[in-house]
Amino acid sequence: MAFTFAAFCYMLALLLTAALIFFAIWHIIAFDELKTDYKNPIDQCNTLNPLVLPEYLIHVFFCIMFLCAAEWLTLGLNMPLLAYHVWRYMSRPVMSGPGLYDPTTIMNADILAYCQKEGWCKLAFYLLSFFYYLYGMIYVLVSS
Amino acid sequence: MSANLNPSAGYNLNATQNGGAAPPCQNGPGQTYPSVYHAAGYYSSHPQSYPPVMGQGPAPSGKAPVMNSQYHPSYYHNSHPQPVQPTVRAGPPVYDAAQTQVSQSCSATGAPPSSAHHAPQHPPPFKPLTSYPAPYYAPYPASQGLAATAASSAPLYPVASYSSAPGANQYSTVRSSQAPQAQLYQGPPGIGAPPTAVSTAPCTYARPPSGPQVAVNGQVSAVSSPVLQHYDQTQPVVTQSYKALDGDGAGERPPSGTPSNSVHSSPGHHPGADSSTTGSSSPVPNNYESLEDGSYPDSSSLPPPPPSSKAVPPFGYSYPNLHPAYQQKPASRTDTTPSYGGCNPPGYQPFSQPFPNMSQLSTALGGLSGVPELQVEGLRPVNLLQERNILPPSPLPDPEPNLSADLRKVNCSPDTFRCTLTNIPQTQALLNKAKLPLGLLLHPFRDLTQLPVITSNTIVRCRSCRTYINPFVTFLDQRRWKCNLCYRVNDVPDEFMYNPVTRSYGEPHKRPEVQNSTVEFIASSDYMLRPPQPAVYLFVLDVSHNAVETGYLTIFCQSLLDNLDKLPGDTRTRLGFVTFDSTIHFYNLQEGLSQPQMLVVSDIEDIFLPTPDSLLVNLKESRELVKDLLSSLPGMFTHTRETHSALGPALQAAYKLMSPTGGRVSVFQTQLPTQGAGLLQSREDPNLRSSTKGVQHLGPATDFYKKLALDCSGQQIAVDLFLLTSQYSDLASLACVAKYSAGSIYYYPSFHHVHNLPQLEKFQKDLQRYLTRKIGFEAVMRIRCTKGLSIHTFHGNFFVRSTDLLSLANVNPDSGFAVQMSIDESLADTSLTCFQAALLYTSSKGKRRIRVHTLCLPVVSQLSDVFAGADIQAVTCLLANMAIDRSVSSSLSDARDALVNAVVDSLSAYRNTSNLQPAGLVAPSALRLFPLYVLALLKQKALRTGTSTRLDDRVFAMCEFKSQPLQHVMRLVHPNLYRVDNLSDQGALHLNDRMVPQPQLLQLTAEKLTREGAFLMDCGSLLYLWVGKSCSEPFIRDVLGCPDHSSIPQNMSQIPELDNPSSARMRTFLSWLQESRSFWPVLHVVKDDASAKTSFFQHLVEDRTESAFSYYEFLLHIQQQMSK
Repeated sequence: MAFTFAAFCYMLALLLTAALIFFAIWHIIAFDELKTDYKNPIDQCNTLNPLVLPEYLIHVFFCIMFLCAAEWLTLGLNMPLLAYHVWRYMSRPVMSGPGLYDPTTIMNADILAYCQKEGWCKLAFYLLSFFYYLYGMIYVLVSS
Repeated sequence: MSANLNPSAGYNLNATQNGGAAPPCQNGPGQTYPSVYHAAGYYSSHPQSYPPVMGQGPAPSGKAPVMNSQYHPSYYHNSHPQPVQPTVRAGPPVYDAAQTQVSQSCSATGAPPSSAHHAPQHPPPFKPLTSYPAPYYAPYPASQGLAATAASSAPLYPVASYSSAPGANQYSTVRSSQAPQAQLYQGPPGIGAPPTAVSTAPCTYARPPSGPQVAVNGQVSAVSSPVLQHYDQTQPVVTQSYKALDGDGAGERPPSGTPSNSVHSSPGHHPGADSSTTGSSSPVPNNYESLEDGSYPDSSSLPPPPPSSKAVPPFGYSYPNLHPAYQQKPASRTDTTPSYGGCNPPGYQPFSQPFPNMSQLSTALGGLSGVPELQVEGLRPVNLLQERNILPPSPLPDPEPNLSADLRKVNCSPDTFRCTLTNIPQTQALLNKAKLPLGLLLHPFRDLTQLPVITSNTIVRCRSCRTYINPFVTFLDQRRWKCNLCYRVNDVPDEFMYNPVTRSYGEPHKRPEVQNSTVEFIASSDYMLRPPQPAVYLFVLDVSHNAVETGYLTIFCQSLLDNLDKLPGDTRTRLGFVTFDSTIHFYNLQEGLSQPQMLVVSDIEDIFLPTPDSLLVNLKESRELVKDLLSSLPGMFTHTRETHSALGPALQAAYKLMSPTGGRVSVFQTQLPTQGAGLLQSREDPNLRSSTKGVQHLGPATDFYKKLALDCSGQQIAVDLFLLTSQYSDLASLACVAKYSAGSIYYYPSFHHVHNLPQLEKFQKDLQRYLTRKIGFEAVMRIRCTKGLSIHTFHGNFFVRSTDLLSLANVNPDSGFAVQMSIDESLADTSLTCFQAALLYTSSKGKRRIRVHTLCLPVVSQLSDVFAGADIQAVTCLLANMAIDRSVSSSLSDARDALVNAVVDSLSAYRNTSNLQPAGLVAPSALRLFPLYVLALLKQKALRTGTSTRLDDRVFAMCEFKSQPLQHVMRLVHPNLYRVDNLSDQGALHLNDRMVPQPQLLQLTAEKLTREGAFLMDCGSLLYLWVGKSCSEPFIRDVLGCPDHSSIPQNMSQIPELDNPSSARMRTFLSWLQESRSFWPVLHVVKDDASAKTSFFQHLVEDRTESAFSYYEFLLHIQQQMSK
């Protein structure tokens, strides 16, 4: 049993995924608030937009870590989400600041529903990957 | 015959009440129903008799004054936690019984004394009333105290005892001895008696005894409708102000050429004046008619009462009161225009009022099961490939929801509020099967001729969903009403029990709120976040070299000078000016200065206000300075060499200037902004103008303007954009500033004061209307709908604040909105759905007002009914909005495909429902124009491909689709074509003293044009008069004032006033068309060889062009798609 770089990657990913789960929950709550009229869309977009890039960057960061650690399977599992993030950010509306959400279109039922669904899917993904990383970390620690 | 006539008269009343097809200008209802009440003295004795009544009568439960404060604490109509409801609800079954008995006993016991006393001395009160002396609520406060005390003693409404003799007796006796109802209850003597000319009671009482309540109801509503008019008269102030505001539109008529009832009298009519017009030109039905309207239409199930000559005017006379379909073509009542008389088949049971509880409601609706003719007509299969003349000869009639006559009568006018499906499908699954979009089209701030304005301490609203009380709520009993949107049972506040119209107590169902589906409330301070703002106008003018070249400045200044006194506002009105080129110029107009002071700010990176206080000045105080400035402004920049335009910084300055108050910013821009924040680059590639592939750059290039608009919207500032340009100016980006701040967009391509006279004229007329039209500030609009329905997407110029709330910094009478709906829950347990749009705004006089529109529609479970109820014009407009969204978010070709698919899908869905499988392309009659309209949409500037279209033109057309009301959009999509060289008075429309010829509508194909004729095409904001090469000499001579065809001038845009019948007819017709819209259309006379011919022929949508299908090809294409 030795503390390898791969094990370190998994531990780091474990922590960061926990953070991402919070991001996803925050995301879901925010859109729920919008749907139930608690918040003004402008305010809500202003709070959500700054969080988009950090979330993506965290994910990119541990993907790179896995790349360095040559954990191909884990990297492969993360590739779809990575690709989705890139696509999502490329197709964002015209905006001067960072972020994805435009207060003028966010109340559109289609977009709102899409964002909510996106939130739930990501939450599920992060939760599953959290346990996968846990397993991966133990596996790496035990096997080496 | 009479049975047919009466319903149509009933329809007419409906239209009048809602301001339906009536001319949109004088809100002052003054001249209408001028003489409903005489005998103010007669009533004045009543208040004294109130208190005892109150003491004895069943006690009200709940104290209005106390609840007031709970009722509307929130400015934005937010729903809020409800206080505990004080009443205990009695079981419905008990209620039914009690109720019927009560009403029976009411009529029975109440009648004899009344008929004895009142009928003789109080024949229908139709003498002119000069004015209502008492203030609106005068008698009420006196009795209110008593009511309140009584209330506290008996919190629960004594349901059981109500039906018992003593209570009911007292109640009804007293009641009937008081007020005009006395006359209503003169039943017994009239039962079975032949109806007489004057009294309308007998016919309702001739009903079988099982429905006495119904009979009474009919009667009740009959009386109360004229009463409402009267009620309006008690608000002379309002009347006046509206007149003033809408002054310019005095001659306007509603769009769509449905001049039906509307011969509104001249603005000279004032409240209290007896209109004294004859039947033919009377703006409203006379009193007899209106009385009947309430009762007769229901009576079709009865032996038709022989109409007396007095009650039913001769046919010719009642002309204006008939439905447009009748009016325009009385002779051609073909099968395509369903007979309105047939809309009330025997199956209809009148129902409603006093307290139509649920069981009554369902019986009433049960009557609907006999499918009305209208619906059958809507389902008649039409083989589109064989039908050559698909277009009806007269404009399409407004949709008629399949409702009982009573509900239909009070329903919202289709010009204000309409739904794409007049039969709402029960479930989303059913809606999906029909493949038609479900949505609403609103024109909420439309100029109305008649609008009941209600001043009341308590605005009665549902405590859970905050719906305003409306004609479609159910009164469970005197003290409780059931919300028609969320089904919560609410208390009727005490104040609401008093009816200011009849001045009687205990008739909540006769209040104007419950009798009209369009009402306006004067809101209390609970509806304000801050004191109502004054009217503030800021004009931001481009004065760069390019702008000066176009010469718009002179015209603008002149127009504003002319209309300075007509700007809506009061003594607080404020005005300011900012001009800009590469620097920003402010104008100090502070009172006391000898002349306006110009302050130049050249630091456009960080804009600041040189003197924050004196730039927006009170118009009253600084009028002379403003006039000075306006007369010197055009000359100040004549020699400018500055070609840059710093629009962004100018807008930022405007925002800073306006943010403390909010108001309206009007921006005049003539080129692409080239300096400072928000600068834009040219994105248009002229070579791609006619590309068939796809169009780039339909979206904004920067979000600067959008962000600015959102900031403005937050500070209640709306930005209206006037773009007068000859080159590409990136309207797609600039338009955002108006779109999200609820402004309007005006676009004058290649504007020049010398070289482009038609545009010049249009600009002048538009400015005139723009400056003087009504305006509402700091507005919000909420749309509520029956539980189970929800709003999916909004279309229009506004900012969406929450799922059902639109924030409108300004609201103007010319903007329309569209809403897509979805069905979340099954509507199986309800038979009616309602939609309510409430617009809260500050009037230019600084009054907070709420305008409420309520629309009621039936729910159906059959797919065929959904098709039968499709309102094709509304469907087209909604689809256009959706397509434009799609073309911006996805691509133009996607949007076009989606439109074609919409037709293919819905027609396939119809084919699958109908068992017959005939050859050809079959559509239900209600959808027969669907392919035509969609083809027309595909050929619009906004959505066409292959034809050279400038990007700005395209984007502007898109903006128009999204923000214009339905009537205007329909004229854009499918213009009306008439042959005008042979106008005759046959079938003409009588309006006041004019005869307006009504030529047949022609299909938009060159096939219909002949060289021998002259044709008029009405495209909403443009009118083309195409004169054929061999057009008859007399026409050219008499109407155009030219000796022959070759001498018609090139840019003719006016018809000379010549003194001969054909010229008179032509001019009447033109002015009638022009009056029907708020913006004056420009007339182009198109000669056979003129260059304007191209644009004329582009509107012939049924013809083939190089890049687009002809109508027949399109049909074949659809058929092919369907068979795949």
